Amino acid sequence: MITDHLVVLQIIIPLMAAPLCVFIRNANVTWALATVISWICLAISITLMQQVMATGEIIYELGGWAAPWGIEYRVDMLNAWVLVIVTSIGAVVTPYAKLSAEKEIDNDRLYIFYAMLLLCETGLLGITVTGDAFNLFVFLEISALSTYVLISMGKDRRGLTAAYRYLIMGTLGATFYIVGVGLLYMQTGSLNIADLGNLIPDIADNRTVQAALAFMTVGLCVKLALFPLHMWLPNAYAFAPSVVTVFLAATATKVAVYALVRVIFTIFGGVDILEAVQISDVLIAMAIVAMFAGSAVAIYQTNIKRMLAYSSLAQIGYMILGLSMNSVLGVSAGLVHLFNHAMIKGGLFMVMGCVVYRIGSAKLDDMAGLGKQMPVTMGAFVLGGLSLIGVPLTVGFVSKWALLQAALEKGWWPIAVLIVISSLMAVIYIWRVIEVVYFQAAPAGRAAVKEAPLMMMIPMLTLIGAAYYFGIDGTTTMDIAGRAAEALIGGLK
Amino acid sequence: MTPEQIIPWSIGLPLLGAFGIWITGKSPNLRESVTLITAVIVFVMVASLFDNVSAGDRPSWVFGNMLPGLSISFVVEPLGMVFAGIASFLWIITTVYTVGYMRGHHEQNQTRFYICFAVAISSALGIAFSGNMLTLFVFYEILTISTFPLVTHSGTPEAKRAGRIYLGILIGTSIALQLLAIVWTYTLTGTLDFTPGGILEGKVAPVMVSVLLALYIFGIGKAALMPFHRWLPAAMVAPTPVSALLHAVAVVKAGVFTVLKVTVYIFGIDLLQATDAGLWIAYMAATTILLASIIAMRKDNLKARLAYSTISQLSYIILGAMMASSLGILGGAMHIVMHAFGKITLFFCAGAIMVASHKTEISQMNGLGRKMPITFICFLIASLSIIGLPPFGGVWSKWYLALAAADTGQIIFVAVLMISSLLNVAYLIPIVVRAFYNDPDPETQNDHDDQGHDAEAAHHPGDAGGANQWKIGTMREAPIACVGALAFTAMGCFVLFFYADRIQAFLLPILEGANG
Repeated sequence: MITDHLVVLQIIIPLMAAPLCVFIRNANVTWALATVISWICLAISITLMQQVMATGEIIYELGGWAAPWGIEYRVDMLNAWVLVIVTSIGAVVTPYAKLSAEKEIDNDRLYIFYAMLLLCETGLLGITVTGDAFNLFVFLEISALSTYVLISMGKDRRGLTAAYRYLIMGTLGATFYIVGVGLLYMQTGSLNIADLGNLIPDIADNRTVQAALAFMTVGLCVKLALFPLHMWLPNAYAFAPSVVTVFLAATATKVAVYALVRVIFTIFGGVDILEAVQISDVLIAMAIVAMFAGSAVAIYQTNIKRMLAYSSLAQIGYMILGLSMNSVLGVSAGLVHLFNHAMIKGGLFMVMGCVVYRIGSAKLDDMAGLGKQMPVTMGAFVLGGLSLIGVPLTVGFVSKWALLQAALEKGWWPIAVLIVISSLMAVIYIWRVIEVVYFQAAPAGRAAVKEAPLMMMIPMLTLIGAAYYFGIDGTTTMDIAGRAAEALIGGLK
Repeated sequence: MTPEQIIPWSIGLPLLGAFGIWITGKSPNLRESVTLITAVIVFVMVASLFDNVSAGDRPSWVFGNMLPGLSISFVVEPLGMVFAGIASFLWIITTVYTVGYMRGHHEQNQTRFYICFAVAISSALGIAFSGNMLTLFVFYEILTISTFPLVTHSGTPEAKRAGRIYLGILIGTSIALQLLAIVWTYTLTGTLDFTPGGILEGKVAPVMVSVLLALYIFGIGKAALMPFHRWLPAAMVAPTPVSALLHAVAVVKAGVFTVLKVTVYIFGIDLLQATDAGLWIAYMAATTILLASIIAMRKDNLKARLAYSTISQLSYIILGAMMASSLGILGGAMHIVMHAFGKITLFFCAGAIMVASHKTEISQMNGLGRKMPITFICFLIASLSIIGLPPFGGVWSKWYLALAAADTGQIIFVAVLMISSLLNVAYLIPIVVRAFYNDPDPETQNDHDDQGHDAEAAHHPGDAGGANQWKIGTMREAPIACVGALAFTAMGCFVLFFYADRIQAFLLPILEGANG
């Protein structure tokens, strides 16, 4: 049955479609292909999610070679969750991409853009499904290399330096990760994540194993842009073509967080590693600094794409904070925020994509008076911004509630206070934009601005709408995140 | 319609109305009819719940789960019934007033104004009917956000600044303090349902009760307890109907209503009595009462003076709640009603004066009472009710509050209430005296239908000749819609004097489950 092979089809279909784009070369046809593929991927991931919910973990042996020698793909609640996040973002980004990319990327290179977008999605999905630590590295590189190309594709030449910086930082991160994997292989002779999880408890005191943990954690923290390893992110998001920013902001860092979760809670899950070597203290400190530094810097940005990028740094802080609490509530708060933040930030960057499409700039001063001229787009910005602040009935509130509950359950008072204070900083940077957009008159020289085209508006409103749908009824997402967290922490006890 | 169905309809109908207003926005007459009809239907629906609640029924309705184990749910109990009744009833009156005011004042963006107003009322009703603290918090935040465009209505730099203060304080306190308190309560008790007798008894260490209580009371920024009161004077840049219904009734009363709800249904009076946790906050409230009154005396701008007066009066209710006695709760709850009628009348008057004579400063109002006798007589009536003199409603709530203070042995609070009444006299009555007894200033002679206004009227063809005045003989009153509304609410102050016992009997059941 084909349904038995869904796990591998999830990867193979976009992987095969990418070179096909290069053969086709026609921009419109490649766009149509990418869109269809991204929807197929979404359908597959939702089916997988249903299968996992119905029957539990799915294990797929690649080429029929049994683990731990062969490569194994494993999908449990957590993977299925991340797959759904990545593919649903992919499915709304590709329809949105057409007009935005035509505007911001040289038209004779559009086919490469779609090929790279598909490759990037392949890489991210691969990281998520694979049950093999080395295979994970391979996909990490696939996604990273395609990302470098995507970031540098824009007409803004600063994208080139941003991509170059990411290339260096990203390669360092991936290298650190693979060094860690090598050390583990040296000690255990295994590369299978589940198998490693069984072998490591016996040798957890071994310095080499601990060094491996350190390498892997630092490497992945570069990829997920945890402060102070975030230097590549703001410029990459600000100067990449808008649609690339949407896709990366909503998926790439999330998948890196997923990889870190796998390392900490599955590979090192047998020994309560967060406690044993006290990395949770380090992670919590970094997360809190990220929450404040990210928001504080965001307040002073004049480029709104850059502002949202810094806001992402703060939001990553929330995720890592939740995960390092090392409790079911905390981990589920972190995991639910993966999904929630993907919708919020994806939606907000789509708004900025529409703005750039119409006025050719993401600078705050140039956005004056847009509230009257692009009422729907700016309305979406207000709604998305409220969600980022964490007003009730939005997904941001669900995340914040979960995180606060986790902190108070542990009796961590100061942390709870820091969470609410840092979330208030979002009010400042969001309201700064709202005041300029609604209270200032449009600059005299600007030609009349029309509302964003429908084809960009619908995906944007879909994401913003989802941010409210799952905010009004947060039970589904909280339930899935809770079950994933229980499985992770359960493996630990 | 069953009482259970009325709950979602009464909250949802203003939203439908908002949609109707948006569609009919091109035609002012149609738009305002939609608002008025919606307001009347909502009030009729809310009022139809009265008998059920009075008979001890507690209609409830669940929207659905928002978070695992936490639902958006509604229960109608007497306290919420009273608040909902006031808000929906005064919405009708305010709508009538607004039509006269907004047209007389030639305001822009009126459609947006009516839409936001309807949403604000919907969320006030949501707060009134909330069955648990999470639901209340949800509507509390919607109320803040939906009133922001009303506060910044004029779009001037001043309005923008006021909007910042408004949002900063209200969102800031609600997230930094109130949300923290709510999540803490949930971690301690595993529930957030409003339960007679409270849910925290035995679940929280006695020393922590006062910390948690402080998080709640200061977190409810809408109650304007000092030092979180600055947003209310700032909000006065809004058009006067907003100041009248929202910043004298719906928004601020939502704040003190939440204080009462938390006191009665989350902590429980018994727990507060046993731990004395509320005492220091009661002192804060007493300080606010006096300080705000003193500041009010120094304000020359009429709306600013009324705003500080509101801050002072709100703290009466907080004081009543924090004394943790049945009489205090009753007095506080009754003060929600009494103060609502008094203060909305005063704001209506302030708006009427502004429309008819373009005067905002008290020092300019010499002799104005001769031109606007109805307005100033109503102003006097409402002032007397606020001061707490018979035969007006305000006397009863102050009476119960003073009784509560004496009852709990806090004689100092009795003294505070007395001094405050004197201060009320000092900042309200001189306005009326000035209007009736002082001679008009020379420059105030050239009133509204002079050259200046003709030039203005030229911009608005169709209402030349001063549509914003109602002239009989020498009278120069505001449009009849405005004057009618304020005369009606002033009469309300008088009528309430005779119905206080009915309100009290209706409210009594909220104290069940408490020994005190």
